[in-house]
Amino acid sequence: MKILVCIKQVPDMESKFKLNPEGLWYSDANLAWRMNEYDEYAVEQAVQLKEQLGDAEICVLAIGPDRVKEMMKKALAMGADRGVHIKDEEPWRMDCFGIASLIAAYARDKDFGLVFTGMQSQDRGSAQVGTLVGEMLELPVLSTLVEFSFEGGRVSGKRELEGGVRARVSAQSPAVVTCQLGLNTPRYPTLPNIMKAKKKEIQTLVSSELGVQPGRVEMVRVAFPEKRKGGMLIQGDISQMTSQLMTVLKDKFSII
Amino acid sequence: MKALLVAEYRENQVRECTYELLSFAERLGAAPVMFIVGDADALPAFEGPLYLAEASTCGEFSPSVHKALLLEVIAREQPDYVVFSHSSYGWDLAPRVALATGAGQISEILDLHEEGFVVPLCNSKLRSTLKASGPLSVLTLQSGAFAAAEPQGSPQVMALDVPAGTDPLRFEGLEEAEKSEVDLSKAEIIVSAGRGIGKKDNIEMIANLAKAMGGEFGASRPVVDAGWAEHSRQVGSTGQSVAPKLYVACGISGAVQHLMGMKKSDFVIAINSDAEAPIAEVADVMVVADLKEFVPALLSCLQG
Repeated sequence: MKILVCIKQVPDMESKFKLNPEGLWYSDANLAWRMNEYDEYAVEQAVQLKEQLGDAEICVLAIGPDRVKEMMKKALAMGADRGVHIKDEEPWRMDCFGIASLIAAYARDKDFGLVFTGMQSQDRGSAQVGTLVGEMLELPVLSTLVEFSFEGGRVSGKRELEGGVRARVSAQSPAVVTCQLGLNTPRYPTLPNIMKAKKKEIQTLVSSELGVQPGRVEMVRVAFPEKRKGGMLIQGDISQMTSQLMTVLKDKFSII
Repeated sequence: MKALLVAEYRENQVRECTYELLSFAERLGAAPVMFIVGDADALPAFEGPLYLAEASTCGEFSPSVHKALLLEVIAREQPDYVVFSHSSYGWDLAPRVALATGAGQISEILDLHEEGFVVPLCNSKLRSTLKASGPLSVLTLQSGAFAAAEPQGSPQVMALDVPAGTDPLRFEGLEEAEKSEVDLSKAEIIVSAGRGIGKKDNIEMIANLAKAMGGEFGASRPVVDAGWAEHSRQVGSTGQSVAPKLYVACGISGAVQHLMGMKKSDFVIAINSDAEAPIAEVADVMVVADLKEFVPALLSCLQG
């Protein structure tokens, strides 16, 4: 079976963000980049499925500038077999529909038995792309899975609902699965696998050649959240900090 | 202007988030029309038109069937907005409807103003304002971002027929949440652990702090996912909503989903090494410190 895993490179969320000159997105200067956390679960699930099936090939796909290939190497070191890099210098200009259209344009007619994506990205967090890809390819979509199994060509899983409730769902493959946090335990690549990954192929395509669709959502601006005023800041020496906080606890809550 | 509101139904009940859609429609200044796949005996308390399909025949969770029903209502009503909750039901169904109608979709809306809809970016460290390009917008609302309208009145019901065709996705039933050892929604003091505690062993330190302060300990989603705390201790939109007198957030950055779960807290103390963490937005007291040094020091003061 051929398996596609769609992964995205995002900044480390602990970064100190700055706005880009147009004020429409964050500036990508001086950021540490990593694989979207949800997508790590997608890669891991695909690798576990390959271990189960034996006969399978995992292709990882990412959209972005050349730097996304660093993240793709991590997916290859986790166990994916080959990469497809859709080169686009400013993928943030595309909305979810545009991104999903590019993925669908690549995946159509490639006969993937399963497509894995994260259920959302850590930067945009729209939770749209995986489901859109499935609808574009006219495949069933099992979204927000926290459990996954594959038997006799059928995908079964549990969707995470609110309040800890889970819904059991299933569909015949080919299908699209979007992965929620906690689905599995993503592995750390081992050194020998990191070395092996260097030899795996990453094919580069160009977004404009696949056909970039006009977007359906316009960006007006990006801004920092308004700071709530009046918050008290405690910092400095440990013993001073504890005594300041103890005063607050004593005055407000008569704790102690 | 007209807003088609997609109400939610689970296990014989209208879900609470349905009423948040109504107050959002009012903010928009749009006339509400509601849609639900539910039960004629458990209708939303709402004074207005309601399209009803029966969950017993259309399935409680059946994305293709619910999409077909919604497309029929959209064709009849020609709304300007189709509004969902940003929930496991809403974020699954909304993109399907957006694609089928050619609408732009804006997810996880926190607020709106004249220029567009405000959504979080980068774990809510930034805010992005967006608007749809075409005549129809598909929207999902962050739970808790808009106060629920008071349930009142009874709707004018228009029944929908079961659409033709079957869903390739089979819904096989629900599994209840595990019985919890604690009910955080009633706690007056909660001390919560976030990813910033670093490792599982440090949970005990947070639990001890909670105990010393006379409260319960809670956790953020990453801590629960890592298996460091059980799900009943999770605070946030996929865990519990809490309303304590005092909420102490230890090593919690403040993702929107977490903030929505604890925003009813009267007083918030955040302890974090990053003064810029989004939790600072809602903190009454922000302690900028290394937890592993600060919490033991605070504990010895409390116990001293």
